[in-house]
Amino acid sequence: MSVVEGIKENPVEEFLRTDRLPHVWCSGCGIGTTVNCFARAVKECGIPLNDLAIVSGIGCTGRVAGYLRLDSFHTTHGRAIAFATGLHLANPELKVVVYSGDGDLVGIGGNHFIHAARRNLDITVILINNFTYAMTGGQVTPTAPLDSIETTTPYGVFEQNFNLPHLAASCGAVYVARWTAYHVMQVKKAMVEALNKKGFSFIEIIAPCPTIYLRRNRLGSAIDELKYYKEHSVIQHGADTRDVGIDIRRPEKIIVGKFVDIEKPDYLTAMNEHLGEVLGDKYVRWGE
Amino acid sequence: MATAEKKKKFRGVVYVAPERCKGCAICVEFCPTGAITMSDRFNSKGYHYPEFTYPDKCTGCGLCGMYCPDFAIYGFREKIGEGA
Ligand code: SF4
Ligand code: SF4
Repeated sequence: MSVVEGIKENPVEEFLRTDRLPHVWCSGCGIGTTVNCFARAVKECGIPLNDLAIVSGIGCTGRVAGYLRLDSFHTTHGRAIAFATGLHLANPELKVVVYSGDGDLVGIGGNHFIHAARRNLDITVILINNFTYAMTGGQVTPTAPLDSIETTTPYGVFEQNFNLPHLAASCGAVYVARWTAYHVMQVKKAMVEALNKKGFSFIEIIAPCPTIYLRRNRLGSAIDELKYYKEHSVIQHGADTRDVGIDIRRPEKIIVGKFVDIEKPDYLTAMNEHLGEVLGDKYVRWGE
Repeated sequence: MATAEKKKKFRGVVYVAPERCKGCAICVEFCPTGAITMSDRFNSKGYHYPEFTYPDKCTGCGLCGMYCPDFAIYGFREKIGEGA
Protein backbone atom coordinates (compact mmCIF):
# COMPACT_ATOMS: atom_id res chain seq x y z
CA MET A 1 0.00 0.00 0.00
CA SER A 2 1.38 3.37 -0.89
CA VAL A 3 1.72 5.74 2.00
CA VAL A 4 1.64 9.51 1.81
CA GLU A 5 5.06 11.02 2.09
CA GLY A 6 5.53 12.52 5.52
CA ILE A 7 3.35 10.07 7.44
CA LYS A 8 6.62 8.19 7.78
CA GLU A 9 7.66 10.79 10.30
CA ASN A 10 4.93 9.52 12.59
CA PRO A 11 6.81 7.91 15.47
CA VAL A 12 4.49 4.91 15.39
CA GLU A 13 5.48 4.13 11.80
CA GLU A 14 8.75 2.38 12.52
CA PHE A 15 6.97 0.09 14.99
CA LEU A 16 4.35 -1.08 12.52
CA ARG A 17 4.24 -3.89 10.04
CA THR A 18 2.90 -1.43 7.51
CA ASP A 19 2.36 -4.07 4.85
CA ARG A 20 -0.49 -5.38 7.01
CA LEU A 21 -2.35 -2.08 7.16
CA PRO A 22 -5.15 -1.13 7.16
CA HIS A 23 -5.63 -3.29 10.22
CA VAL A 24 -8.71 -5.32 11.15
CA TRP A 25 -9.92 -3.04 13.93
CA CYS A 26 -13.20 -1.27 13.33
CA SER A 27 -13.62 2.38 12.63
CA GLY A 28 -13.23 4.24 15.92
CA CYS A 29 -11.97 1.26 17.92
CA GLY A 30 -9.81 2.43 20.81
CA ILE A 31 -7.12 -0.22 20.45
CA GLY A 32 -5.17 1.58 17.71
CA THR A 33 -5.04 4.74 19.79
CA THR A 34 -3.29 2.89 22.58
CA VAL A 35 -0.76 1.53 20.07
CA ASN A 36 0.15 5.14 19.22
CA CYS A 37 0.78 5.74 22.91
CA PHE A 38 2.81 2.55 23.19
CA ALA A 39 5.07 3.43 20.25
CA ARG A 40 5.80 6.84 21.73
CA ALA A 41 6.40 5.35 25.16
CA VAL A 42 8.88 2.81 23.80
CA LYS A 43 10.73 5.59 21.99
CA GLU A 44 10.80 7.74 25.07
CA CYS A 45 11.97 5.15 27.53
CA GLY A 46 14.84 4.19 25.24
CA ILE A 47 14.66 0.40 25.54
CA PRO A 48 16.61 -1.03 22.57
CA LEU A 49 14.09 -2.70 20.30
CA ASN A 50 16.08 -5.91 20.36
CA ASP A 51 15.48 -6.15 24.08
CA LEU A 52 11.74 -5.78 23.84
CA ALA A 53 9.24 -8.57 23.29
CA ILE A 54 5.51 -8.23 23.07
CA VAL A 55 3.05 -11.00 23.77
CA SER A 56 -0.66 -10.99 22.98
CA GLY A 57 -3.35 -13.58 23.42
CA ILE A 58 -6.49 -13.91 21.34
CA GLY A 59 -9.06 -11.27 20.62
CA CYS A 60 -9.22 -7.87 19.04
CA THR A 61 -6.48 -6.54 21.30
CA GLY A 62 -4.67 -9.81 20.72
CA ARG A 63 -4.00 -8.57 17.22
CA VAL A 64 -1.64 -5.89 18.51
CA ALA A 65 1.33 -8.25 18.46
CA GLY A 66 0.68 -8.97 14.81
CA TYR A 67 0.92 -5.33 13.82
CA LEU A 68 4.02 -4.38 15.78
CA ARG A 69 7.37 -4.73 14.12
CA LEU A 70 8.96 -6.06 17.29
CA ASP A 71 9.67 -9.53 18.54
CA SER A 72 6.00 -10.23 18.89
CA PHE A 73 4.13 -13.37 19.86
CA HIS A 74 0.51 -14.12 19.19
CA THR A 75 -0.29 -16.90 21.66
CA THR A 76 -3.28 -19.04 22.53
CA HIS A 77 -6.36 -17.70 24.25
CA GLY A 78 -5.68 -16.52 27.78
CA ARG A 79 -2.11 -17.74 27.81
CA ALA A 80 -0.28 -14.53 27.00
CA ILE A 81 0.96 -14.16 30.58
CA ALA A 82 1.90 -17.85 30.81
CA PHE A 83 3.91 -17.46 27.63
CA ALA A 84 5.44 -14.20 28.84
CA THR A 85 6.46 -15.87 32.10
CA GLY A 86 8.51 -18.41 30.20
CA LEU A 87 9.98 -15.79 27.95
CA HIS A 88 11.01 -13.61 30.85
CA LEU A 89 12.44 -16.39 33.00
CA ALA A 90 14.38 -17.98 30.13
CA ASN A 91 15.80 -14.66 29.01
CA PRO A 92 15.67 -12.15 31.86
CA GLU A 93 17.43 -9.52 29.73
CA LEU A 94 14.28 -9.14 27.67
CA LYS A 95 11.68 -6.58 28.62
CA VAL A 96 8.47 -8.55 28.15
CA VAL A 97 5.23 -6.69 27.57
CA VAL A 98 1.86 -8.42 27.55
CA TYR A 99 -0.68 -6.51 25.48
CA SER A 100 -4.14 -8.03 25.43
CA GLY A 101 -7.78 -7.56 26.22
CA ASP A 102 -9.98 -7.99 29.27
CA GLY A 103 -11.56 -11.26 28.14
CA ASP A 104 -8.21 -12.77 27.32
CA LEU A 105 -6.24 -11.65 30.37
CA VAL A 106 -8.72 -11.81 33.22
CA GLY A 107 -11.43 -14.06 31.77
CA ILE A 108 -9.80 -17.00 30.05
CA GLY A 109 -6.38 -16.21 31.54
CA GLY A 110 -7.41 -14.92 34.95
CA ASN A 111 -5.42 -17.50 36.82
CA HIS A 112 -2.18 -16.55 35.09
CA PHE A 113 -2.89 -12.92 35.81
CA ILE A 114 -3.29 -13.30 39.56
CA HIS A 115 -0.26 -15.55 39.92
CA ALA A 116 2.02 -13.38 37.81
CA ALA A 117 1.04 -10.45 40.00
CA ARG A 118 1.46 -12.49 43.17
CA ARG A 119 4.95 -13.62 42.18
CA ASN A 120 5.80 -10.10 41.09
CA LEU A 121 7.22 -11.26 37.79
CA ASP A 122 9.14 -8.49 36.10
CA ILE A 123 6.74 -8.02 33.18
CA THR A 124 4.45 -5.22 32.04
CA VAL A 125 0.80 -5.98 31.40
CA ILE A 126 -1.23 -3.58 29.27
CA LEU A 127 -4.89 -4.51 29.35
CA ILE A 128 -7.36 -2.89 26.98
CA ASN A 129 -10.74 -3.10 28.67
CA ASN A 130 -13.74 -2.84 26.37
CA PHE A 131 -16.03 -4.92 28.60
CA THR A 132 -16.68 -7.66 26.08
CA TYR A 133 -15.23 -10.53 24.05
CA ALA A 134 -15.46 -8.40 20.93
CA MET A 135 -13.83 -10.61 18.35
CA THR A 136 -16.12 -13.55 18.97
CA GLY A 137 -19.26 -11.46 18.82
CA GLY A 138 -19.75 -9.94 22.25
CA GLN A 139 -19.95 -12.53 25.00
CA VAL A 140 -19.89 -11.35 28.60
CA THR A 141 -16.46 -10.84 30.20
CA PRO A 142 -15.68 -10.67 33.91
CA THR A 143 -15.31 -6.89 33.59
CA ALA A 144 -18.78 -6.24 32.12
CA PRO A 145 -20.65 -3.90 34.47
CA LEU A 146 -24.10 -4.71 35.86
CA ASP A 147 -26.95 -4.41 33.36
CA SER A 148 -24.66 -4.56 30.31
CA ILE A 149 -26.25 -6.26 27.34
CA GLU A 150 -24.01 -8.88 25.80
CA THR A 151 -24.87 -11.71 23.43
CA THR A 152 -24.78 -14.13 26.33
CA THR A 153 -26.69 -11.82 28.67
CA PRO A 154 -29.59 -10.52 26.59
CA TYR A 155 -31.44 -9.42 29.74
CA GLY A 156 -28.41 -7.70 31.24
CA VAL A 157 -25.49 -8.74 33.42
CA PHE A 158 -26.43 -9.56 37.00
CA GLU A 159 -23.12 -10.84 38.34
CA GLN A 160 -20.47 -8.73 40.00
CA ASN A 161 -17.56 -7.76 37.81
CA PHE A 162 -13.86 -7.44 38.49
CA ASN A 163 -12.38 -4.22 39.73
CA LEU A 164 -9.12 -4.69 37.85
CA PRO A 165 -6.84 -2.19 39.60
CA HIS A 166 -7.92 -3.68 42.91
CA LEU A 167 -7.40 -7.21 41.65
CA ALA A 168 -3.88 -6.41 40.47
CA ALA A 169 -2.97 -4.43 43.57
CA SER A 170 -4.30 -6.99 46.03
CA CYS A 171 -2.43 -9.77 44.25
CA GLY A 172 0.83 -7.88 44.62
CA ALA A 173 1.44 -5.71 41.53
CA VAL A 174 3.99 -2.97 42.18
CA TYR A 175 2.62 -0.56 39.60
CA VAL A 176 -1.08 -0.13 38.89
CA ALA A 177 -2.68 2.58 36.78
CA ARG A 178 -5.93 3.08 34.94
CA TRP A 179 -6.61 5.49 32.10
CA THR A 180 -9.00 5.66 29.18
CA ALA A 181 -8.41 5.93 25.45
CA TYR A 182 -9.21 9.63 25.80
CA HIS A 183 -6.15 10.22 28.03
CA VAL A 184 -3.51 9.68 25.38
CA MET A 185 -0.73 11.68 27.03
CA GLN A 186 -1.31 10.08 30.41
CA VAL A 187 -1.44 6.62 28.85
CA LYS A 188 1.91 7.25 27.20
CA LYS A 189 3.41 8.47 30.46
CA ALA A 190 2.04 5.51 32.38
CA MET A 191 3.50 3.16 29.79
CA VAL A 192 6.92 4.78 30.16
CA GLU A 193 6.71 4.37 33.93
CA ALA A 194 5.51 0.79 33.66
CA LEU A 195 8.25 -0.15 31.20
CA ASN A 196 10.87 1.26 33.55
CA LYS A 197 9.40 -0.43 36.60
CA LYS A 198 11.01 -3.53 38.05
CA GLY A 199 8.29 -6.01 38.87
CA PHE A 200 4.72 -6.63 37.80
CA SER A 201 3.37 -3.41 36.30
CA PHE A 202 -0.22 -3.18 35.19
CA ILE A 203 -2.11 -0.59 33.16
CA GLU A 204 -5.81 -0.85 32.47
CA ILE A 205 -6.96 1.25 29.53
CA ILE A 206 -10.69 1.62 29.09
CA ALA A 207 -11.40 1.81 25.38
CA PRO A 208 -14.43 2.12 23.13
CA CYS A 209 -15.67 -0.87 21.14
CA PRO A 210 -18.22 0.85 18.93
CA THR A 211 -19.14 -2.22 16.93
CA ILE A 212 -20.06 -4.58 19.74
CA TYR A 213 -20.24 -3.13 23.21
CA LEU A 214 -21.37 0.40 22.43
CA ARG A 215 -23.83 -0.67 19.77
CA ARG A 216 -25.40 -3.43 21.79
CA ASN A 217 -25.73 -1.18 24.80
CA ARG A 218 -26.90 1.78 22.73
CA LEU A 219 -24.13 3.97 24.03
CA GLY A 220 -23.44 5.82 20.81
CA SER A 221 -20.37 6.17 18.68
CA ALA A 222 -16.69 6.02 19.55
CA ILE A 223 -16.64 9.82 19.66
CA ASP A 224 -19.57 9.84 22.11
CA GLU A 225 -17.72 7.36 24.27
CA LEU A 226 -14.48 9.35 24.24
CA LYS A 227 -16.45 12.46 25.17
CA TYR A 228 -18.05 10.55 27.99
CA TYR A 229 -14.58 9.55 29.26
CA LYS A 230 -13.50 13.16 29.00
CA GLU A 231 -16.44 14.45 30.99
CA HIS A 232 -16.72 11.72 33.57
CA SER A 233 -13.15 10.74 34.37
CA VAL A 234 -11.84 11.91 37.69
CA ILE A 235 -8.10 11.78 38.23
CA GLN A 236 -7.26 10.48 41.68
CA HIS A 237 -3.67 9.40 41.94
CA GLY A 238 -3.09 7.08 44.85
CA ALA A 239 -6.81 6.35 45.25
CA ASP A 240 -7.73 3.36 47.35
CA THR A 241 -8.20 0.68 44.70
CA ARG A 242 -11.18 -0.73 46.61
CA ASP A 243 -13.13 2.35 45.53
CA VAL A 244 -12.35 2.38 41.81
CA GLY A 245 -14.65 -0.37 40.56
CA ILE A 246 -16.84 0.29 37.51
CA ASP A 247 -19.97 -1.57 38.49
CA ILE A 248 -22.60 0.08 36.32
CA ARG A 249 -22.72 0.74 32.62
CA ARG A 250 -22.54 4.52 32.72
CA PRO A 251 -21.07 5.47 36.11
CA GLU A 252 -21.18 9.11 37.15
CA LYS A 253 -17.41 8.99 37.48
CA ILE A 254 -14.63 6.78 36.30
CA ILE A 255 -11.69 7.07 38.66
CA VAL A 256 -8.43 7.12 36.73
CA GLY A 257 -4.82 7.71 37.70
CA LYS A 258 -1.82 5.96 39.10
CA PHE A 259 -3.00 3.98 42.08
CA VAL A 260 0.04 1.95 43.11
CA ASP A 261 3.75 2.55 42.66
CA ILE A 262 5.77 0.67 45.25
CA GLU A 263 9.07 -1.20 45.47
CA LYS A 264 9.21 -4.91 46.16
CA PRO A 265 11.73 -7.57 45.10
CA ASP A 266 10.62 -9.21 41.89
CA TYR A 267 10.45 -12.97 41.35
CA LEU A 268 14.00 -13.48 40.08
CA THR A 269 15.56 -11.23 42.70
CA ALA A 270 13.72 -13.08 45.44
CA MET A 271 14.71 -16.43 43.95
CA ASN A 272 18.38 -15.51 43.71
CA GLU A 273 18.47 -14.10 47.20
CA HIS A 274 16.73 -17.03 48.78
CA LEU A 275 18.59 -19.79 46.95
CA GLY A 276 21.88 -17.92 47.34
CA GLU A 277 21.33 -17.91 51.08
CA VAL A 278 20.27 -21.52 51.33
CA LEU A 279 22.74 -23.04 48.88
CA GLY A 280 25.68 -20.67 49.32
CA ASP A 281 28.48 -20.89 46.74
CA LYS A 282 26.88 -23.84 45.00
CA TYR A 283 24.19 -21.58 43.64
CA VAL A 284 24.68 -19.79 40.34
CA ARG A 285 22.60 -16.66 40.26
CA TRP A 286 20.32 -16.39 37.24
CA GLY A 287 19.69 -13.39 35.11
CA GLU A 288 21.91 -10.82 36.82
CA MET B 1 -2.94 34.49 5.22
CA ALA B 2 0.61 34.27 3.96
CA THR B 3 1.80 37.37 5.82
CA ALA B 4 0.77 36.70 9.38
CA GLU B 5 1.21 39.82 11.53
CA LYS B 6 2.67 37.88 14.42
CA LYS B 7 5.86 36.21 13.32
CA LYS B 8 5.52 32.57 14.16
CA LYS B 9 8.66 30.54 14.71
CA PHE B 10 6.93 27.22 14.21
CA ARG B 11 4.09 25.97 12.16
CA GLY B 12 1.99 22.88 12.39
CA VAL B 13 2.17 20.35 9.60
CA VAL B 14 -0.29 17.51 9.10
CA TYR B 15 0.01 14.54 6.82
CA VAL B 16 -2.85 12.20 6.00
CA ALA B 17 -2.71 8.73 4.49
CA PRO B 18 -6.27 8.55 3.08
CA GLU B 19 -6.08 4.86 2.20
CA ARG B 20 -5.58 3.90 5.84
CA CYS B 21 -8.48 5.99 7.14
CA LYS B 22 -11.76 4.43 8.27
CA GLY B 23 -13.57 7.70 8.69
CA CYS B 24 -14.09 7.71 12.47
CA ALA B 25 -13.44 11.49 12.59
CA ILE B 26 -11.89 11.29 16.05
CA CYS B 27 -9.00 13.52 14.89
CA VAL B 28 -11.43 16.19 13.71
CA GLU B 29 -13.41 15.99 16.95
CA PHE B 30 -10.42 16.21 19.28
CA CYS B 31 -8.18 18.64 17.40
CA PRO B 32 -7.97 21.51 19.88
CA THR B 33 -7.88 24.19 17.19
CA GLY B 34 -10.26 22.90 14.52
CA ALA B 35 -7.56 22.79 11.86
CA ILE B 36 -8.81 19.64 10.15
CA THR B 37 -12.18 18.74 8.66
CA MET B 38 -13.62 15.66 7.00
CA SER B 39 -13.28 15.67 3.24
CA ASP B 40 -16.22 15.23 0.88
CA ARG B 41 -14.11 12.80 -1.08
CA PHE B 42 -13.94 9.06 -0.48
CA ASN B 43 -10.98 6.72 -0.32
CA SER B 44 -11.06 3.46 -2.25
CA LYS B 45 -12.90 1.70 0.61
CA GLY B 46 -15.60 4.35 0.62
CA TYR B 47 -14.62 6.26 3.74
CA HIS B 48 -14.37 10.01 4.07
CA TYR B 49 -10.96 11.02 5.35
CA PRO B 50 -9.64 14.18 7.04
CA GLU B 51 -8.20 17.15 5.23
CA PHE B 52 -5.83 19.78 6.51
CA THR B 53 -8.25 22.61 5.81
CA TYR B 54 -6.95 25.39 8.05
CA PRO B 55 -3.17 25.07 8.26
CA ASP B 56 -2.91 28.46 9.94
CA LYS B 57 -4.87 27.22 12.91
CA CYS B 58 -2.69 24.18 13.52
CA THR B 59 -0.24 24.36 16.38
CA GLY B 60 1.43 21.08 15.55
CA CYS B 61 0.45 19.62 18.91
CA GLY B 62 0.32 16.14 17.38
CA LEU B 63 -2.87 15.08 19.15
CA CYS B 64 -4.55 14.07 15.89
CA GLY B 65 -1.81 11.53 15.26
CA MET B 66 -1.94 10.32 18.83
CA TYR B 67 -5.69 9.68 18.72
CA CYS B 68 -5.91 8.18 15.23
CA PRO B 69 -6.70 4.47 15.69
CA ASP B 70 -5.62 3.77 12.13
CA PHE B 71 -2.23 5.52 12.00
CA ALA B 72 -3.63 7.54 9.10
CA ILE B 73 -2.85 11.09 10.24
CA TYR B 74 0.15 12.70 11.81
CA GLY B 75 0.70 16.29 12.91
CA PHE B 76 3.92 17.82 14.07
CA ARG B 77 5.69 21.11 14.59
CA GLU B 78 8.10 22.38 11.98
CA LYS B 79 10.49 25.32 12.25
CA ILE B 80 9.52 28.00 9.78
CA GLY B 81 12.25 28.40 7.23
CA GLU B 82 12.90 24.69 7.03
CA GLY B 83 11.51 22.81 4.06
CA ALA B 84 8.89 24.32 1.80
S1 SF4 C 1 -15.13 -5.43 17.54
FE1 SF4 C 1 -14.81 -3.79 19.03
S2 SF4 C 1 -12.82 -4.21 20.00
FE2 SF4 C 1 -12.94 -5.42 18.08
S3 SF4 C 1 -11.96 -4.13 16.52
FE3 SF4 C 1 -14.18 -3.71 16.45
S4 SF4 C 1 -14.47 -1.93 17.82
FE4 SF4 C 1 -12.46 -2.82 18.27
S1 SF4 D 1 -1.39 18.81 15.12
FE1 SF4 D 1 -2.82 19.45 16.76
S2 SF4 D 1 -3.62 21.44 16.06
FE2 SF4 D 1 -2.66 20.46 14.25
S3 SF4 D 1 -4.35 19.38 13.22
FE3 SF4 D 1 -3.36 17.88 14.61
S4 SF4 D 1 -4.57 18.03 16.53
FE4 SF4 D 1 -5.07 19.87 15.30
